[in-house]
Parts: sequence; C-alpha cells; structure tokens
Amino acid sequence: MTDTPLFKVSGVSKFYGARTGCRDVSFELFPGEVLAIVGESGSGKTTLLNCISTRLAPTAGTVEYRTRDENWRDLYRMSEAERRMLMRTDWGFVHQNPADGLRMTVSAGANAGERLMAIGQRHYGNIRTTASEWLERVEIGIDRIDDQPRAFSGGMRQRLQIARNLITSPRLVFMDEPTGGLDVSVQARLLDLIRSLVNDLGLAVIIVTHDLAVARLLSHRMMVMKDGRVIESGLTDRVLDDPREPYTQLLVSSILQV
Amino acid sequence: MSDLAAYNFAYLDEQTKRMIRRAILKAIAIPGYQVPFASREMPMPYGWGTGGVQVTAAIIGPADVLKVIDQGADDTTNAVSIRAFFAKVANVAVTTHTDEATIIQTRHRIPEKVLKEGQVLVYQVPIPEPLRYLEPRETETRTMHALSEYGLMHVKLYEDIAINGHIATTYAYPVKVAGRYVMDPSPIPKFDNPKMHMSEALQLFGAGREKRIYAVPPFTEVVSLDFEDHPFEVQTFDKPCALCGAENVYLDEVILDDRGGRMFVCSDTDHCEERRACGCVGELGVKEAAE
Repeated sequence: MTDTPLFKVSGVSKFYGARTGCRDVSFELFPGEVLAIVGESGSGKTTLLNCISTRLAPTAGTVEYRTRDENWRDLYRMSEAERRMLMRTDWGFVHQNPADGLRMTVSAGANAGERLMAIGQRHYGNIRTTASEWLERVEIGIDRIDDQPRAFSGGMRQRLQIARNLITSPRLVFMDEPTGGLDVSVQARLLDLIRSLVNDLGLAVIIVTHDLAVARLLSHRMMVMKDGRVIESGLTDRVLDDPREPYTQLLVSSILQV
Repeated sequence: MSDLAAYNFAYLDEQTKRMIRRAILKAIAIPGYQVPFASREMPMPYGWGTGGVQVTAAIIGPADVLKVIDQGADDTTNAVSIRAFFAKVANVAVTTHTDEATIIQTRHRIPEKVLKEGQVLVYQVPIPEPLRYLEPRETETRTMHALSEYGLMHVKLYEDIAINGHIATTYAYPVKVAGRYVMDPSPIPKFDNPKMHMSEALQLFGAGREKRIYAVPPFTEVVSLDFEDHPFEVQTFDKPCALCGAENVYLDEVILDDRGGRMFVCSDTDHCEERRACGCVGELGVKEAAE
C-alpha cells in the first residue's frame, strides 16, 4: 500500500425525494485496500455503491479517482465516453446476480474476452488464449469455454463474472453482495478465490455485504451503515471485536453461532 | 392517369416526401448513421419493403427509370408488385436492365453488374441496428454508436468462430462505414459486401417498421469487420451458373426433382438473361437448347 489514495469520496448524499438513500458519506481508499460496507437491508449500502461507481448521480458530494496518469478526476465531471472507458478498463463491477453482469446468450469465452475486444484487440487466437487463462484462474474448466453461462451453476457464473471483470487488470473493483444466493461451501470457495486474486493482483476493492463473515474474511477496513449514515468505521478486526456503537454491537451479536 | 388523379405523384404527399428527403440528406452527410424519420403506413405490410418504398417515393422523378429486385430476381412477387406500384402512382418508366435503371430498389442483393455514377441503390431493411441481438436496449445501442464502442460486434464474430470454427455470418454481415459507424448492410449475402466499398452509386437504406434511414454516399470506404487471424472472406461456389456459365457471381440453388437433382443458377436474373442473350451457355443450358 502507498500513501496516496486511489479513490476519494467526500460528502456524498443521495435523496430520493424526501427519503434518504445515503447522507454525507466520506472516505478514502488506498491501492490494494479492501473496504467493506456493511449494514442491514435498506441502510443505503447499495445506493452508496451506485453513487460512487458512476451508476447513480449523487444529490451532493464529489467522487474522485486517481487515474493511471496520476490525475485526480471528478467522476461526474468526466465525459460519458471517458467514464465508460474507465468502467470497462480500470474498474470492475461484480453484481450480486451474475445474470446482470454477464451476457447470458454468448459463450463463457466471449464473456471473458468481451473487454479485450472492447479495447480494440482484434486477434481471435490471442483473445481466446487470454480468456482461457482467466477461466482457469477462476477454476472453470477449459472444456466449458464454449458453453453459455446459462448452463453454469450459480457459483460458476459468479466466478465467470469475476474473470470477465479482471481480464483487463483493473485497479479498482466494486462488488455488490458477491456471495449472495450461494450455499455456504460454494461461498467459502468463492471467498477463497476472491481473497487470493485480490492479494495477487493488488486490487483495491469496495465490497458491499450484509454478511459480517464475508467482511471479516476479505476486508481490511469496514464501514457500518444505518439509515443512510456511516455510524462506525475502522479496521475490520477492531470494529468486529470491539464495536463501539450500540447498533454495531447489536449487529455483531446477531451473528448466528454454529 | 385521369382515374388516378386522387394520388399525389409517387403516392406520398409532398410534405412527407420533404421530410424523408431531409432524413436522406442527413444520412448522406453522416455515412452509416441511422437517421430516425416519421415512417408512414404504406399500402403493403411491414417486412415487404415499406422503408425502401418510402425512400424510392421520396427520390423518384418523372424522368427516372426504376428497377426492382427481390433476392436478385426481377420476377418475384415483391419485385413485380413494387414495380407495378410505381408504374401506377408515379407513371415512371420501369426496366429489368441494371444499366438502364437510374433507381434500383433491392431486397437482399446488389446487382452483379457494377453500378455507375448517377445510379441510386435503395435497400429494404428489416432491422437497421447491427447490435440489436447482442444489446436489446435502444438507449444503450445509440450510446454505443455515439461513442464508437463497437467491441460487442466482435463478440458476435468471436461466437461464430468459437462455435463453427469460422465466421459463420453469411448475410447482414456488419461493416464499418467511412471509418466511423458500424452498419448493418441489410440482409444481403456477404458476397455482396465488397461491392459496397467505393461504389460509384449512391446507396440508401430504408427501414419502415424501425423508422430509420441511413446511407453510404458514392466513393465511401466500407469495410467488413473481421479478426486479424480470421479475415473476412466471401462465399465461393464450386461450379459456374448452370444456365449461363457465369463464374464469380452469387448462385441460387434450384431443386429440379425429388431424386436429389439440383442446379445452381445466377441469383441476378437480369445478369443471367443478358449473358444467355449473348450466347453464353452453362452446363444445363446446353441440354435445354439441344432438346
């Protein structure tokens, strides 16, 4: 990790009419850092994620990103072309439902290779080689490269979605409940995979989850949200082992013990 | 003509033709860009060339000579009825000869004879959006065109190679026009794609149901998309035309009997007839003459 942040969020608020999506959220994210945003349903986690990933314009506040050429850019002051370019090269977005992030009617290989074609690669052999390397990395057999994701299990789809996002070596990946809807053993494998990829590639990740175990396993730092506000933030182990806010204490004590 | 006095020249009223001409001018100014226009109901069903007919109606004048082809043939229902339609409502001369025509309305083919300066080729287009089957949202495809994000087009070609071992798209093969817009050339066989490149004739495309007009001006670069290691190739045929012996033309398969007999003949009927009139004979043409 370096001393210069990669991503700066200051004073981001989103109001839906009189209702609050999220209110006055500020944080910085450093290269290689994993930040978890936790909270119960309706606490504004996903609104915040959408606001900081250019998917939903915030009502107030700024979101800045340090590009590869060391310029700080305000995301909502970039042109649409630049923003979309950033989204498909330097960034990744892993949806909770893989069908939202994949093209379900084209093969796994084409799904994985799409970003390469989008940035101008025009050599079929090279695209296919890179795609198969990535499928292997996310533990999808090479014999499945020409199958459509419709034929895949939920866990495989999620891994394919990750491969599709990481193929252009992004620096920042957003994840929205990546383990939602998966059974525990598949979840464990996926978490293991995400953790090793994050370590190997030095990715900065912002992960939204309601599952504190996922946050514990993956993240360095976490923010707890309630009613659209960040009520507590700090190192993951500190927040989970020594929660200060009453709500966080409640949240931590609500984890089911086996 | 007296009993047809109720019709305006070329069926459409003058304001409508003006509106269509504006769309055509804009389309010519931005090669390959799909210009929306207020498509009218025509006295024929969607899918039968309502877009092409409106474009033709907007550009045709009393001095024009019209040719209409359907899959290369001048004598199929669609071609015959559209030709009759304009003979009736515009009282223009019609022809089946490619080199005599000033306007050629076409469905699914470009004539074999190289088109000349001053000729206009009007295509009937069912689905103008080349990205449609990959990206269903119109808002998204428009943005992709605006920002030239055409990676998705290659995803389709990638799929072809992954499934079939080669680019299996044989018609409506996507092209890039003047280095900018990716365009659906309407369902012409990819055999005809190279004819669009640097053509002397003006090429206009009308999609009636989808309400879009687009154009390729004369002498415009039209490049078929491909991969470096899987270059664009046109179809080839083993034998020449069975009737006129023409080579390097697009052939149709004709079933002769129910014992597997078949022959391949020119899809462009005018081209075939002209060659036969000059004494060219193919394999089966000789037999017919001998009988």
